[in-house]
Amino acid sequence: MRLSSDQMIFWQHGFLKINGTIAFTWGLMLLMAIGSKLITRRLSTGLDRTRWQNLLEIVVTGINQQIEEVGLRHPEKYIGFVGTLFLFVAMANICTILPGYSPPTGSLSTTAALALSVFIAVPLFGIGDQGVRGYLRSYVQPTVIMLPFNIISEFSRTLALAVRLFGNMMSGAMIIAILLTITPFVFPIFMTMLGLLTGMVQAYIFSILAAVYIAAATRTRKPDAASAPAT
Amino acid sequence: MLIDWFTVVAQALNFLILVWLMKRYLYKPILNAIAAREKLVAGELSDAAAKKTEAQKDRDEFQRKNEEFDRQRAALLSKATDEAKAERARLLDEARKAADVLSASRHDALNGEVRSLNQSISRRTQDEVFAIARKALADLATVSLEERIGEVFTRRVHSLNGKAKDCLASAIRTTSDPALLRSAFDMPAGQQAAIRNALNETFSADVKVRFETTPDLVAGIELSTNGQEIGWSISDYLASMEKSVGELLKSAPDVQ
Repeated sequence: MRLSSDQMIFWQHGFLKINGTIAFTWGLMLLMAIGSKLITRRLSTGLDRTRWQNLLEIVVTGINQQIEEVGLRHPEKYIGFVGTLFLFVAMANICTILPGYSPPTGSLSTTAALALSVFIAVPLFGIGDQGVRGYLRSYVQPTVIMLPFNIISEFSRTLALAVRLFGNMMSGAMIIAILLTITPFVFPIFMTMLGLLTGMVQAYIFSILAAVYIAAATRTRKPDAASAPAT
Repeated sequence: MLIDWFTVVAQALNFLILVWLMKRYLYKPILNAIAAREKLVAGELSDAAAKKTEAQKDRDEFQRKNEEFDRQRAALLSKATDEAKAERARLLDEARKAADVLSASRHDALNGEVRSLNQSISRRTQDEVFAIARKALADLATVSLEERIGEVFTRRVHSLNGKAKDCLASAIRTTSDPALLRSAFDMPAGQQAAIRNALNETFSADVKVRFETTPDLVAGIELSTNGQEIGWSISDYLASMEKSVGELLKSAPDVQ
């Protein structure tokens, strides 16, 4: 039994290879890009809209609202990263209903890549928002003693992000695979439904945690130009 | 090994490409469309607010004009009512005057008709009485009516006495003009002589008499000299009858 779609090798040349994770990811990317392109090709700015446009507007404004609720002031600045995290994980999960499909998020490589992206994006957003000194100062807040703990926290949360998503997705796929061999009739359907639910929850958790980390990195910034600078 | 580092790098790159794709084809167009719609809605709302303000202004203006119109209408109505009252009074006055004039003219016309009727009655009565008297006298006597009148006059002259006789005698004596004797018909010479004799005997003088025919007397003889008069005629009786008939008509109710 394959634990991960990484082991599904389609092509290999030296260390270069195309495995199931990469292939399914490309498939998802194509689906999302082409779908978006097709739907946003003729967008209406009036009051009459298509159902697909309504769906996308609900999704985008929902993500925007969630980012704003986390505490980020200009959600349109972060929606590219946080929103894509959510949509990618959610789409990877929804597609589990397709036979023969193996979610790329069930591979620790994918979740590690996403966690590394968050690991790199958080300081970048923090530095972009308050400068290098301002961002680095946040590591010695409230005292210098907290510096090692903050650094450990950065790594540990990245690891947690990766393992949490991988564990949930992989276990879901694994349970379904096992159940299919034992009770191949109705029970796997319920488990698939449960897997869909947990997958959506994981997508939400992953993206909202990323937003929270970004918000934490930009937290010391002054609320607005009129207020006094934070000390 | 659960982690394949090549796959990790590839997936990280894939994810970055996906971020770019999503930004390019999803977030930007959708957010732009939402912003454009919000702008459109905001524009429409502000337009609606402007229109509402304008409508409120127009409504106020209309209300003001309406009130002004009401005031003017009330003033005009009051003025028109006063003028109508004055005109009504004037017209009523005119109508009353016209009615008075008409009533007066009708009254005059009625009086004229009454007079005319009186005259007709008088004339008809005279004619009828005359005819009846003539017929009666003709039936009763052999002499003509004129002869009987002459006889009656002669008898009356003879029977004159007292104050009437003295007045007439002094009138005859004081004038040089002949006494005028009027009769309704041409008097025969014999009758004229008889009358002349009777006068001469009565007044013991040669009384000069001028005979004249006057149809107005109807039937009768009348002697006048120097303002004094004696005679007999059916006209006298008719005058008395006319007077009584006239009084009777006066006492009768007005003709409607």
